[in-house]
Amino acid sequence: MSLYQGIFKRDMHIAFKQKAELVQPLMFLLMVVTLFPLGVSPSPDTLQRIGPGVIWIAAILSSLMAMERLFRDDFQDGSLEQYVLSGMALPAVSTVKVVAHWLVSFVPVLLLSPLLAMFLNLTFDMYVALLLTLILGTPLLSLIGAIAVGLTVGLQKGGVLLALLLIPVFIPLLIFATSAVDSAALQLPYYPQLAIIAAMLLLAAALAPFAIAYSLKVSQN
Amino acid sequence: MQFDSFADFIHMGGYAFYVWLSFGVTFGAMCIIAIQSYVKHKALLNAVIADKARKARIERARQNEKRS
Amino acid sequence: MWKWLHPYAKTERAYQLCITLQPWLWVGAILCLSIGTVWGLAFAPQDYQQGDSFRIIYIHVPSAILSMSTYVAMAIAALVGMVWQWRTAYMTMIAMAPIGAALTFIALFTGAAWGKPMWGAWWVWDARLTSELILLFLYIGVIALYGAFEDKQQAGKAAGVMALVGVVNIPIIHYSVEWWNTLHQGATISKFDNPSIAPEMLWPLLINLLGFAFFIGAVTTIRLRNEIVLREQHRPWVQALAEQALLPHKTRER
Repeated sequence: MSLYQGIFKRDMHIAFKQKAELVQPLMFLLMVVTLFPLGVSPSPDTLQRIGPGVIWIAAILSSLMAMERLFRDDFQDGSLEQYVLSGMALPAVSTVKVVAHWLVSFVPVLLLSPLLAMFLNLTFDMYVALLLTLILGTPLLSLIGAIAVGLTVGLQKGGVLLALLLIPVFIPLLIFATSAVDSAALQLPYYPQLAIIAAMLLLAAALAPFAIAYSLKVSQN
Repeated sequence: MQFDSFADFIHMGGYAFYVWLSFGVTFGAMCIIAIQSYVKHKALLNAVIADKARKARIERARQNEKRS
Repeated sequence: MWKWLHPYAKTERAYQLCITLQPWLWVGAILCLSIGTVWGLAFAPQDYQQGDSFRIIYIHVPSAILSMSTYVAMAIAALVGMVWQWRTAYMTMIAMAPIGAALTFIALFTGAAWGKPMWGAWWVWDARLTSELILLFLYIGVIALYGAFEDKQQAGKAAGVMALVGVVNIPIIHYSVEWWNTLHQGATISKFDNPSIAPEMLWPLLINLLGFAFFIGAVTTIRLRNEIVLREQHRPWVQALAEQALLPHKTRER
C-alpha cells in the first residue's frame, strides 16, 4: 500500500512544483468563458441560456490541455517503464495517478466555478446543479482521458490527436451535464441526469483502470 | 415499373436533383475507395519487387567489391 | 470450438483466404446492389407522403446501419487481437476503418440530400444524423491514431483500444443524442419513423443492405491484403507473390 501512497505523494509534490502547468489550463478556461459574452452577446438572458454549455465546453477543452501532463513526464524520465516492470498492479498505479491528477487539475476548476457562474449570470439553483455535474463529471473526464493519454504519450505530436480522440467520447457527458443545469433553471428535478452521469462514472471507474494499464503497456511496447 | 416513361424516371417526381445526387455520390464514393484500394495493392507489390531488386543489386555490388 | 479459426492468424493463410473470398464477395456485391438499386429506383411504389424522394432510403438506411455494424466489427476484431494476440485481427480492423468512414460519409450525405426536400435545410440537428456525425468523428480518431504511430504493430494495438472505447460509447452516444434531440426539438416528424413499411418497399432495401455488406467484405479483403503486404514485405512468400502477380505482365510488355 505504501508504494501507491508514495506514487501519490510524489505526483502531488511534482504537480505543485510545476505551478505554471497547473495554472495555465485554468487561465485558459477563464479566457474561453470570457470570449462568449464578447462573441455572442452580453445580455444576461442569453448568457444564462448558454451558460451551462459554455462552462462545460470550456472545462472539457481546458481539461484536454491539462490532460497531457498526466503521464508525459513519467514517460520521458522513464519512471513509467519502472512502474510497468516493477510488478505493482498497473491498474492500481494508473488509478492512483488519475486521482492525483484529478485533485490537482480539476479541484481548482471546481473552485473557479462560482466565478464562472457569476460571469454567465447563472442563478443559485443552476450553480448548485452545475457544481454537482462538475463533481461527478470531471472524474469521468480524467478516467476516460487517461486512456487516450496513455495511448498517445509516446507520440511527439500528441496534442491535437488527443482532442480528436476524446471530444467525441465526451459528448454524452456534455449532453447530460448541460441538461441537468437547464432543468435546474426551470426548477425541474435533475436527479435523473445526475444519476446517469454517476452511472457513467461508475462504469468508467470499473473499466478504465484496466484500459489505462493496457494502453500504457502498448506505449511502452 | 412505377414510371410511365424514361423521362419520368429521370424526373423522379420532381426530386431528380436530390435522388440522383445521392445515388451518384454514394456509388462514386464506393468506386473511389475500391479503386484506391486496388491501386494501392499494385503499388505495394511493385514496391516489394523494387525493394527486392535493390537488395539484389547491393548484394551483387558487394560481391564484385570482394572479388576485386 | 474456435480452433478452425486459428490458422488464419498466420498472415499467409489469411491472404489466401482473402484471395478465395474476393471474387464471390464482388459478385454478391454487384449483383445485390444492381438488383436492389434498380428495383428501389424504378419498381418500388412511391411513398404516399414523400413521393419519389423516399427512394434515397435504399442507400441511406443500408449505409447508416452498416456504418455502425462496421464499427462494431472493428471492435470485435480489436478484441480478438487482444485476446489471442493475432496480428491479422488488428490488420483486419484497420483495413475496415476507412470503409466504415466512407459509409458514414455516405449516410451523412444522403441524409442531408434527403433532408433538403423534406425539411427545407441541408443540415438539421436530427438525432440520427448527429449520432452518425459523431460516429464519423470516432472513425477519424481511430484512423488518425493509427496513422500517428511509426511502428504499425503498436499502432494496431493503440487503435484497437480506441475502437473498444468507442464501441462502449456508441450506445451511450446514441441514446444521449436521441434524448437531447427530444428535449430540444419537441415532436418533429421523423422521416425515418415508418412503423410498417410495405413489403414491396422493404425487399429492395434488404437486398441493398446485403449488397452493401458484400461490398464492405470485398473492399476489406483487398485492404487486408494491402496491410499484409505492407507489413510482411521482407518475407519470401510476399516477394514470390509479388513477382507472380506482376512479372508476367512485364515480360509480355518486353
